[in-house]
Amino acid sequence: MNFILDYYNYWIVVFLMMSGFYIVISANNLVKKIVGLNIFQTSVFMLYISMGKVSGGSAPIVAEGITQYSNPLPHVLILTAIVVGVATTAVGLSLVVRIKRAYGTVEENEFENKDDAI
Amino acid sequence: MAEFIDLVLLAMLAITALRVIFLKDLFAVVMLFGIYSFLSALIFVNLDAVDVAFTEASVGAGISTVLMLGTLALTGRTEKKSPHSSILPLFVVLVTGGALIYGTLDMPPFGHADNPVHEHVAPRYIEQSPTEVGLPNMVTSVLASYRGFDTLGETVVVFSAMVGVLSLLGVVRREEGDTPESGLVSHQVLHVVAKLIIPLIILFALYVQFHGDFGPGGGFQAGVIAAAAFILYALVFGLPKAFAVVEPKVLQWMASFGVLLYASVGLFSMYKGGNFLDYNMLAANPLSGQHYGIIIIELGVGITVFAVMLSIFYAFGSQAERSNVQ
Repeated sequence: MNFILDYYNYWIVVFLMMSGFYIVISANNLVKKIVGLNIFQTSVFMLYISMGKVSGGSAPIVAEGITQYSNPLPHVLILTAIVVGVATTAVGLSLVVRIKRAYGTVEENEFENKDDAI
Repeated sequence: MAEFIDLVLLAMLAITALRVIFLKDLFAVVMLFGIYSFLSALIFVNLDAVDVAFTEASVGAGISTVLMLGTLALTGRTEKKSPHSSILPLFVVLVTGGALIYGTLDMPPFGHADNPVHEHVAPRYIEQSPTEVGLPNMVTSVLASYRGFDTLGETVVVFSAMVGVLSLLGVVRREEGDTPESGLVSHQVLHVVAKLIIPLIILFALYVQFHGDFGPGGGFQAGVIAAAAFILYALVFGLPKAFAVVEPKVLQWMASFGVLLYASVGLFSMYKGGNFLDYNMLAANPLSGQHYGIIIIELGVGITVFAVMLSIFYAFGSQAERSNVQ
């Protein structure tokens, strides 16, 4: 049981990462691919935050009577990564919108023969 | 108890991700992704990362969902079946996943206080930052002071994302006459509720902005929350009215102003004889210098994030309205 508790978070992270990866490489629709990319991204966030956790620790905000804090460094890295993530997602989605306008479709198999549409 | 909550929430997260794979209705996929973000936020709270949870709840569940729905309005809501078989992707994923699981066995066990991650710079941040920077919230101290350089870079990335979106889509301004019916005109209840809660959301954003030094919060979260208030306004009352409140042009100025404000704090501290972003030089007393520096750069971050999120929404929203006209 202890063995499972020690690695459970990491296994779920790998599972989520692979779900996202699978969606990215197998989905036909570009919007769904971006959802997959976001799931992949969130799994990385989860990995960092899991590593920063200390059992019995508290959130890294100084308060009286608390001696053990979790590691604040991964929190900082991931906090900014989330905001940067949504900004890059927005760029991805606007590319999808442009592709729709140029090719009339966002399904991957449908614009295979339309190479010269732009 | 905390471990039990962790077990259950992570399992729910895995089930949500699994469901996304098989759904063909993209509207449901986006909604599930919103749920996925909220679940992640809960897990972050359980793992003591309150600031991160705050950001994930407002960004992942709020802004991302709105942007994806805006895209779906333009591209259609069902995924067509792929002609390719899914055996090869499944094989690739299983092999990679297996290798990664094998790799996790070498990781230090979850939650132990003597793991390598907690040995290097983290003790310095935890023990010294309350006296060196003088803020109770260590995440803000590290974000704005110790790693201020990094955060400046990230603010610039957010800014350039706005430049990217605007150059790809652009904000379409229409003449007064041909504005289509937009907003939820016939929904009186929504109008009243929106009018009631929009001021409260803005008030909350200001609280998050200026209380971020002492509790969870800061410029990133505040900017997103304030943008959410204006997005709600635009959704309920229509884009033309939102344009009347905040012009797209003003937002572009605001976004660059925020980045410049941040960078000018760095230049000012150089002028005072310190290093770039060395807040100790900003005032006679190093501790008050740190306070001034952090408040100003958090303000810069907040303004930029607010302006970027709102102009990205404007870009998507005006695209959707244009396609409605056609």
